[in-house]
Amino acid sequence: MSKTHLELPSSLIEIEIDGSVVTAPKGSTILEACRGAGAEQPTLCYLENLTPVNTCRVCVVEVVGSRALVPACSRPIEPNMEISTDSERVRHSRRMVFDLLESSVDLSLVDDSTRSWMERYRIDSPSDDDSTEPSGERVDRVKSYHVSHPVLPATVAQPVKIEDDLYIRDYAKCILCYKCVEACGPDAQNTFAIAVGGRGFESRITTEFDVVLPDSACVYCGNCIGVCPTGALMFKSEFDLRAAGRWDESSQTVTTTVCSYCGVGCNLELTVQDNEIVKVTSPLDHDVTSGHLCIKGRFGYQHVQNR
Amino acid sequence: MTTDRATATERESVDVVLGSPDSGWSGGARASSDFHIARGGFHQAQQNRNMLLPALLALQSSAGWISPGGLNYVSERLGVPPAEAYGVASFYALLSTELRPPRALYVCDDIACAQIGAEQLISDVESFVLGDPEAIVIRSPCLGQCDKAPAVFLQTAGGEDAAVAPADLSIVRQAVIGNFPSTVHPSDTFGNGPSFLLHRVGEIDPTSIAAYRATGGYKALPVALEAGPESVVAEIKASRIRGRGGAAFPMGFKWEAVAGADDPERYVVCNADESEPGTFKDRVLLEGDPFSIIEAMTIAGFAVSASKGFVYIRGEYPLAISRIEAAVAQAEESGLLGDNVYGSDFSFRIQVRSGAGAYICGEETALFNSIEGFRGEPRNKPPFPTQSGLFGKPTAINNVETLANVSQIVLQGGEKFTSIGTAESTGTKLFCLSGAVEKPGVYEVEFGMTLGELLEIAGGAKGEIAAILLGGAAGSFIGLDAVDLPLTFEDTQAAGLSLGSGVIMPFLVGVDFEAVVQRIASFFRDESCGQCVPCRVGTVRQEEALHRIASGRNPDTLNEEFVLLDDLDRVMRDASICGLGQTAGTAVQSAIGLGLIGGSS
Repeated sequence: MSKTHLELPSSLIEIEIDGSVVTAPKGSTILEACRGAGAEQPTLCYLENLTPVNTCRVCVVEVVGSRALVPACSRPIEPNMEISTDSERVRHSRRMVFDLLESSVDLSLVDDSTRSWMERYRIDSPSDDDSTEPSGERVDRVKSYHVSHPVLPATVAQPVKIEDDLYIRDYAKCILCYKCVEACGPDAQNTFAIAVGGRGFESRITTEFDVVLPDSACVYCGNCIGVCPTGALMFKSEFDLRAAGRWDESSQTVTTTVCSYCGVGCNLELTVQDNEIVKVTSPLDHDVTSGHLCIKGRFGYQHVQNR
Repeated sequence: MTTDRATATERESVDVVLGSPDSGWSGGARASSDFHIARGGFHQAQQNRNMLLPALLALQSSAGWISPGGLNYVSERLGVPPAEAYGVASFYALLSTELRPPRALYVCDDIACAQIGAEQLISDVESFVLGDPEAIVIRSPCLGQCDKAPAVFLQTAGGEDAAVAPADLSIVRQAVIGNFPSTVHPSDTFGNGPSFLLHRVGEIDPTSIAAYRATGGYKALPVALEAGPESVVAEIKASRIRGRGGAAFPMGFKWEAVAGADDPERYVVCNADESEPGTFKDRVLLEGDPFSIIEAMTIAGFAVSASKGFVYIRGEYPLAISRIEAAVAQAEESGLLGDNVYGSDFSFRIQVRSGAGAYICGEETALFNSIEGFRGEPRNKPPFPTQSGLFGKPTAINNVETLANVSQIVLQGGEKFTSIGTAESTGTKLFCLSGAVEKPGVYEVEFGMTLGELLEIAGGAKGEIAAILLGGAAGSFIGLDAVDLPLTFEDTQAAGLSLGSGVIMPFLVGVDFEAVVQRIASFFRDESCGQCVPCRVGTVRQEEALHRIASGRNPDTLNEEFVLLDDLDRVMRDASICGLGQTAGTAVQSAIGLGLIGGSS
């Protein structure tokens, strides 16, 4: 019997990830291809329902033929691309990015997945043992050198902005991932109440002239809270409970329901603690909301609690 | 939007740039007709957005700051959300979003001026304005006047911007009250052979198209129009000319890619945002031979079938901006620009855009964002400008000096051009010599001359050289053992160096290199756009480490600091979005390699 060589369907292309040949749909990003192949990558500024801005650089991978590392979240795959997600260069850059963020921003509320990536890339973590670094000097180095020196390193520490009863803005936790700006702007709400202002390390998320939210274009949809990866933007209810030391995720339940305000049919996930709604979200993969809500769905739950 | 309203002066200044508002929907007085028809909308806002920076510059120039009322008016006129307009305004160093005195004196304290008395000038100027509520002194990064150091840039509310160099207190005193030196001291230019780029500079009246034409100007354009676009691109390719802005990309490949693009709408952009510390060659060309750049851009437009071009000039170059604007106007009057160039079917227009104080806008994709009215943040590449550049269209973007070569390539043919220079670095190159040299200025020499030979032509150093900065703040320090290095793209690359923008700045024995390197590090910290983590935080940590080393607080941790600096250099080089972050640690690493800092060698 003659052998029939079957070409791949034209919509699939072959690439190599960490030595294994995999196929992925044409037009996928490296991140999508990695995830499809079961090779999960760390991300901070990436979210499925937003345009990738590739600013955090924590998803960088090494691509043969490319001088610098490339962001997996936004680079489309090309046929026969050879990608390394765990080379010494990749590990070094990811470790440094986490380290630079941790030394300048309060990362105490990042999610568990991010925390485990941070642990994995720490200087003394086992995955770094086989590194090809030229000398043994790094072994002697203190784990977090940024705080071991007499000159204090610059941080973004600043007071929490509490301007209303709906949500707070704690920019000491802001990693400038641009997600809130995208959600406020063209990716979801088209309100454009906030933008990135300033330059360099002094860049910050701001309204015009830093006016308080009620004086800005903000419509309190809370979509910025929904996309924030570090807890910099937070329901006032959650903030107050945390401040009082009473925020207890283990005692919380999540109830999925449909918003009753209008006929659009947005799914709501009501986070409840002690029989009180403390937070309202919507699933990212919900085809009506893509995770976004309006002020009524997000914050208009008080009547439920009238007793 | 806040309720602040613009003053009449602010409105007038914006209207000069944008024209008068056509309805109540765009900031004008409300008429009864406005109540029945909605005007504007997303499409119009998108069309107008590229006028945001010119409008903000007009506000700054008239009021001395970007006031909330002024910002609201610009936002209304252009349909730009106030938060975004504020994000753009607060990005640029020459725009102030806080009320400040009407006269701002930017005194350069960068690495070239620092060698020629910048600190003295700053303290003189500070005591001069002390107690004067009308003036403020601001330390500035390199103003591109390094050969005439020290330099001052003046911004006056309601007046013209001006660069003053060389500056001393008496000149600054006069300049502050509007009395500028009657003739601006031009930069010295030198060469050692036939000059292709500088032959008109200082020789002809740069404001006269007749003088330009009398010295061979506008001879190449009709030749190009006669030959056809393909043949112009072929000659540029045959010349093997590589870009002079720092990246050394072959110009012919860029033009060919744009000429062959699917999208019929294309652009030509001249990158005149020369801001690399120690660089002033493009300013000399723009000020001294502006028509040559206009002619080259017109040829570029013809070659790639573009109908629009932009010249983006750094805001600190007011003379260059006015000379180029005048040249564009004269070329249009003479039928050499505009509809039916030279009587042909080809039409081409050029807009002149001013930067507003941002080194990063010299990065090509940041420059596009800046023209388009967004923050000057670089885009991820690919896609490259030849595929998706200005307004998302295929764009041929070239540095000023690169464009200055176009006419001679068209006239002589690309093959002839390759007879000058070396095999891989064809033509002549402009070098910017400043710092501790006897004769600072712009030097046009053939590629292949050694560093030592060039220094000799420049009269040598003013003393014993400790190190030479090659390529600018993004370049490297090299020792005297490198004097035999041929100044070509290939030789520098083989040596792990870069010609960059052609900066050659010698430093003498006895110079405080820790201070020099700290200034370079703070330059990158100040000029980082802040978009990506490696550069935004890495440049800060780098500066802090150098500060700790210089202050000698803890000699025991010196090695630890060097390891940290090396780690930072690697992550910035590997993971930053653009060339700024990727080269922010280069000079520091080279200084450590030469033993210039840390008190050991």
